[in-house]
Amino acid sequence: MKKEIIKKALVSTIPVMSGYVVLGIGFGILMSTNGLNPLWSLLMSLFIYAGSMQYVAIGLLTGGASFLTTALTTLMVNARHLFYGISMIDKYSKIKKGKLYDIFGLTDETYALVVEDRPDIQEEDLPSYYFLVSILDQSYWVTGSMIGALLGTMITFDTTGIDFSLTALFIAIFTEQCVSNGNRKAGIIGVVSSVVCLILFGPGNFLIPSMILITVLLCTMRKSIEQGGGQNE
Amino acid sequence: MSNSFILISIAIMSIVTALLRFLPFLIFRNRKTPAIISYLGTVLPCAIMGMLVVYCLKGVNFVGLEGWIPALLASICVVLLHVWKRNTLLSIIVGTACYMILVRLF
Repeated sequence: MKKEIIKKALVSTIPVMSGYVVLGIGFGILMSTNGLNPLWSLLMSLFIYAGSMQYVAIGLLTGGASFLTTALTTLMVNARHLFYGISMIDKYSKIKKGKLYDIFGLTDETYALVVEDRPDIQEEDLPSYYFLVSILDQSYWVTGSMIGALLGTMITFDTTGIDFSLTALFIAIFTEQCVSNGNRKAGIIGVVSSVVCLILFGPGNFLIPSMILITVLLCTMRKSIEQGGGQNE
Repeated sequence: MSNSFILISIAIMSIVTALLRFLPFLIFRNRKTPAIISYLGTVLPCAIMGMLVVYCLKGVNFVGLEGWIPALLASICVVLLHVWKRNTLLSIIVGTACYMILVRLF
């Protein structure tokens, strides 16, 4: 592997490093303060490797969610990854070695890096560049979660309220999506459907009905959402 | 939480996540993406994030002020800070700090 490609991959992943290490630490701390062994954190960051889903998982695990709820929630929370794959089909079609890992590692942040055109990198070097970016990003995430998980077991001060970081994460992403994509109507449908289902089905059982209601409403209101979507901004 | 429950849950989440990442390479290789799938791809993430916000706040109770005021104020803080600075990490750190202070005051 060329030194120049290693250097380019390192430089382009620096922004992801800061984000993943900090978010990973947050994830690890929450896992440990919720009584989950650091080994579980390691296993999750190695095999699930999906930031926001791993945060949701803490709630699912500690709340004793059913396997069906866990499967459907993962499906809905990570559904966007389907579209990363769709747009990478052409770029990744020429890869011979490491393709399986490249696809496995298509998180939001890695996708943002590999989808970018790199005219400064020769075509034959692109596969190594994609592979390095993917593996560097996951190594930041795993490192962050391990630091956090170990810190979490050592914390002796009162951490009451630290669980709010999970809520804050989703509120921030939600705000970002409502503001930037003109997706406000979809956001309102998500919140209102969930509140209605929370009242009807109670805190333990409302995720599955909410996901069904959201999908049905988004499909039936497609015309008005698509019309309004672009004009919100 | 038994170990086998955690292990199976992690396995399910890993398999579903990997499936979503691999599926396009298996099925859409030579076909156009159906319009309804592309449409859901643009609107679903925002709606699901809304659901997750509700999921996180489901434990808030409205019996006494201390049950909901800290969560409400900290949530408003995250939204305002995020609209202003658009920096996810900053919003999370300040919002959480806000909440941790507020729960001790009320």
